[in-house]
Amino acid sequence: MRIGLFIPCYVDQFYPDVAVATVEVLERLGVEIDYPTQQTCCGQPMANTGCRHETRPLAFKFLKTFKDYPYVVCPSGSCVAMVRHHYREYLDGQPGFEELVGKTYEFCEFLVDVLKIDPVEGSFPHKVGIHQSCHALRHLRLASSSERVGASFSKMRQLLEPLEGITFSELERTDECCGFGGTFSINEEAVSCSMGLDRIADHQRAGTEVMTAPDMSCLMHMTGLLQRQGIRMEIMHIAQILAGREVSNEK
Amino acid sequence: MVQPRIEHAADAARFIQNAERAHWHDQALWFVRAKRDKAVACVPEWEMLRDRAQQIKSHTLAHLADYLEQFEQNATRHGIQIHWARTADDHNRIVLEILQQHQVQRVVKSKSMLTEECGLNPVLEQHGIEVVDTDLGERIVQFRNEPPSHIVLPAIHIKKEEVGQTFHEHLGTDEGASDPNYLTEAARQHLRGKFMAAEAGITGVNFAIAETGGFVVCTNEGNADIGVSLPKLHIACMGIEKLIPRAADLAVFTRMLARNATGQPVTTYTSHFQGPVPGGQLHVVLVDNGRCTLRASDTFRDALRCIRCGACLNTCPVYRRSGGYSYHATVPGPIGSVLNATRDVKTYHSLPFACSLCASCSDVCPVKIPLHESLLDLRWEVVQQGQLPWSKRLMMKGASFVFKRTWLYNLGGRVARWVLPKLPRPLVYNRLNAWGQQRDLPEMPKKSFRQIYQERDER
Repeated sequence: MRIGLFIPCYVDQFYPDVAVATVEVLERLGVEIDYPTQQTCCGQPMANTGCRHETRPLAFKFLKTFKDYPYVVCPSGSCVAMVRHHYREYLDGQPGFEELVGKTYEFCEFLVDVLKIDPVEGSFPHKVGIHQSCHALRHLRLASSSERVGASFSKMRQLLEPLEGITFSELERTDECCGFGGTFSINEEAVSCSMGLDRIADHQRAGTEVMTAPDMSCLMHMTGLLQRQGIRMEIMHIAQILAGREVSNEK
Repeated sequence: MVQPRIEHAADAARFIQNAERAHWHDQALWFVRAKRDKAVACVPEWEMLRDRAQQIKSHTLAHLADYLEQFEQNATRHGIQIHWARTADDHNRIVLEILQQHQVQRVVKSKSMLTEECGLNPVLEQHGIEVVDTDLGERIVQFRNEPPSHIVLPAIHIKKEEVGQTFHEHLGTDEGASDPNYLTEAARQHLRGKFMAAEAGITGVNFAIAETGGFVVCTNEGNADIGVSLPKLHIACMGIEKLIPRAADLAVFTRMLARNATGQPVTTYTSHFQGPVPGGQLHVVLVDNGRCTLRASDTFRDALRCIRCGACLNTCPVYRRSGGYSYHATVPGPIGSVLNATRDVKTYHSLPFACSLCASCSDVCPVKIPLHESLLDLRWEVVQQGQLPWSKRLMMKGASFVFKRTWLYNLGGRVARWVLPKLPRPLVYNRLNAWGQQRDLPEMPKKSFRQIYQERDER
């Protein structure tokens, strides 16, 4: 199976290991990866600022870059939500657009829904706190959200649970937003940081050793807060845990 | 009247400066949200009810003119007098005229966000009419000369100790008293006198039923019931979106409203009004005040489905940490941001951005208003109307310019990752760096992923 690997711009530049870990996990599962290097940014920051004229060319660039792959996979719920839910504004009626929406997957949902993988082998003897990134949660439905009534599920937890020794911290607020929100983190700096600090406090109370998420952007925000506060808590993207990365504190 | 532009972020930052209070406010509202979760979990068909509620409201809005006429006919048959108000001023004038015709000096009012929206109280007071808000929370904020900060919990921003002080000043309760039972009892005794003396009662309307010509008012304190039972004159004020077609539809909403609003199975009082009391008069004022304009919008029409349960306020992580007043509007929170920015995008340009797009509001909404989608659409509206600050527009133009050109993106990334670690800290972390006020920047890796990937390919 061949996929086009879609790596968010800030992961490419600031968190290359998240992308490397994504590649490792997928290749281990026999997926043939192509990373088209003309890709840059999906345009979400511009779209979320209301700058549709500035977003449009990036949506077209994305379609051109990825339209010929059977699948497009990305280790970010947020960027996939942009393609799946917001590209219609720019690309409706363009050849290949409908197919693009149908074949673009977030990393976890690709593993669970498309590859339908067997439990990942490995051990991770740590107390893990799953941060439910809002876009993965409520825009892509990677897990059940606490507002809705129905059976509860989590594709992230499903992937992590088989790891030997892993335990999960039980949060008071299971899926409250961390306050990153893209340009929101700058526009509403005070609220954004207050939200992030509250999330961190919830994880501390619950005894989280390693906080993980399907979106590095939330984690970038909370890492920044943790470092400034001098709080020791390990932060790992879920792909890094599945790839078997060690917890850096122990190194 | 030209209103100054609302800068939500600045007001929110001021609210958060008092960290202890902001935390308390957040916890108080989260308590309501958690209670709501428990209450709705007891209704296994909750999601089906949401679908049904959405369909009923959308259907009613699609046939609004017909249902309004049907309501008018049936209400009139019961002896209810119907008035049509195009604007807030029309509404206030109509209410004032009715009161003046009856030589009313003292009015008791139960909770009505519509009369807040129209600014009724000051108009009546200017004409020498005493208006007493009889909902406990509303009475507290009325004593303090403040507007409600929440549509269901108007005094949620006030601590019980502060209520004690307010009551000490206005009702002569013991100084320093903060026991809720004691204070509530004092309010009861005070309001009893007001109810006895009132010559007219004003209420809002939660649901009006076209098929029957009746309407329903939901309260927890029974203040609407006593307020319109003692006087002979009852004026009910409603936005035209409060209509539902049939009595059978009502059950869908009464099952949802209190559960979603406060986590109660049902409001203590769900009162049905089918006509005037013997020898009295019942007037219903149907208010447009911009609703028809909103109804005409394909993008934002869904907001008219709102039943004012306030759940989107309770769940909104931004509202909880910035307080109702940071929105400078009768209806704050996610639904308020939509309603106000669609009405006046210049004044309320910052409200669509007071949102991290977490979408909790959309998931909690009983009538499935896609609130976060609307807020995103409103940002485009802000840009189109030229209301986005030029600095932000320029930044986005610059970013788009770079992202369109892969080589420039690569170069920019390399330079940033090379330069940033070498700069002295004050050059990176200063007033211009909003990110860095409370957060460190990511540690810059030597190589980007694409460099690592290409090197691997070459091997």
